[in-house]
Amino acid sequence: MDYFIQQLVNGLTLGGLYALIALGYTMVYGVIFLINFAHGEFFTAGGYIGVIALSYCIAHGYTQTHPFLCLAGAFSLAMIYSAYLAVGVEKIAYLPLRGSRLAVLLSALGMSIFLQNGMMLTQGVMDKAYPGELFEGGFSFGMVTISYLQIMIITMTVLLLFGLNRLVYKTKIGMAMRATAQDKTMSALVAIGSNNIISLTFAIGAGLAAAAGVMVGLYYGSVHYDMGFNLGMKAFCAAVLGGIGNITGAMLGGLIIGLVEVFGAGYISGQYKDVFAFIILIGVLYYRPTGIMGENIDETRV
Amino acid sequence: MSAEPILELKDVHSGYGSIKALKGISLKAYPGEILAIIGANGAGKSTTLMTICGIVHPDQGEIFYKGKKINKIPAQKLPPMGLCQVPEGRRIFPRLTVEENLILGAFYRNDRAGIDKDMEHVYSLFPILKERSRQQGGTLSGGEQQMLALARALMTKPEVLLLDEPSLGLAPIIVQSIFDIIADINKNSDTTIILVEQNANLALQTAQRGYVLETGRITLEDDAESLLNNADIRKAYLGE
Repeated sequence: MDYFIQQLVNGLTLGGLYALIALGYTMVYGVIFLINFAHGEFFTAGGYIGVIALSYCIAHGYTQTHPFLCLAGAFSLAMIYSAYLAVGVEKIAYLPLRGSRLAVLLSALGMSIFLQNGMMLTQGVMDKAYPGELFEGGFSFGMVTISYLQIMIITMTVLLLFGLNRLVYKTKIGMAMRATAQDKTMSALVAIGSNNIISLTFAIGAGLAAAAGVMVGLYYGSVHYDMGFNLGMKAFCAAVLGGIGNITGAMLGGLIIGLVEVFGAGYISGQYKDVFAFIILIGVLYYRPTGIMGENIDETRV
Repeated sequence: MSAEPILELKDVHSGYGSIKALKGISLKAYPGEILAIIGANGAGKSTTLMTICGIVHPDQGEIFYKGKKINKIPAQKLPPMGLCQVPEGRRIFPRLTVEENLILGAFYRNDRAGIDKDMEHVYSLFPILKERSRQQGGTLSGGEQQMLALARALMTKPEVLLLDEPSLGLAPIIVQSIFDIIADINKNSDTTIILVEQNANLALQTAQRGYVLETGRITLEDDAESLLNNADIRKAYLGE
């Protein structure tokens, strides 16, 4: 039983991180029907900015005096950097090609390779270690250990997901985002500039991924220039599993993939850890081709 | 008619890609009038409205709104200037609630009090929308969707309102009440209305002036009354 609860906590931690990354895929798909292959790189970029900011803080001893400020600073910098990066990528590599869905898709693949190589050249091919001393220790209940880091990750994830939900479903700008996803011509006729909304969608998606990047760095202790591929792929699975284009679906899909992976590794075999996510995906898509919360994906969506 | 047209098209050519739907359209709309544009399927009626609204930009020719050239202005900048369209098929946002649809009509506005007041106003015009305010737009009936589309357009505070086939697919009794409301909107708020219709009889009865559009060209321009009595028109569009 203790083992089960321990795995549950680990699974929720990981699942939350997948959910944060999956949202970027699903939101971008929702507004412009693009699988943004470069999304994993926004996540990695966030991880690198986080480690740079935290290393700076430690070198100057700020982590001793203002640990929370350092953490908040690292998260904000990473999120803002990735958001701008995503908007830049969208303006340069996607916007001019938006007439053809295939062209944008290929451009996204190209941007993924470009950004990944950019990070390799600037940050090196070796792992960059995250400072571990910020979160030492945790709570123990019998055999179950919940580290402070896990608590921070789960809290932060819940706050971000909650914030996003409020933004999308309760504010005027969120309404405009949903309207743009449904009908761009009509949105323009009620004065919504779809290009601005699309930029905003990229920025939000990349910001969430960057936050996940910092947390993954803290959780696994390091970042690597191509970590966006593996995690991005699983987050993409999560988005498809939940029903691509659907925000709640992405959150749900992320949690499911995270839990399945951790339980699969814990009870069946750690060697096949990466396989379980895909098995679940195939199983669900066989019975529900549009995903768990999937909408009818017709071309016009009118 | 008062002197200056509020909207004027001068020899406008427009279309989608290589398909030229409009081959030199010139027309004028005067402040406060209801103008009908009638024509058969594929004559270019909807393209005319989409070109005015900046969704399609003209290849040639000029569009003036309140004396200002608006050819190149992007579509989303026009509603704040008072130019608004209810497109063909109504195009309400199906997965947004009725209320959200209306709020988005006022997307560019920041006058909270004014928006609340206009919301009350459109709810009083269409009480059924108030009853259904929390329902998703896509669950409304055709007639209710048309009311919602009109109400949403009113939330933009239009000075010129373009209506594309408001009667399309609606039961006759509902069509009549929609057209009564259109006439009311024109009368009470002095909104200029450009009405595009296949139902020429109804359109010409509501309008003061009319244009006849055939394969991308204006073939006739006259008072609505004269058009209704024109033998050719009666034969071609009124089924006699």
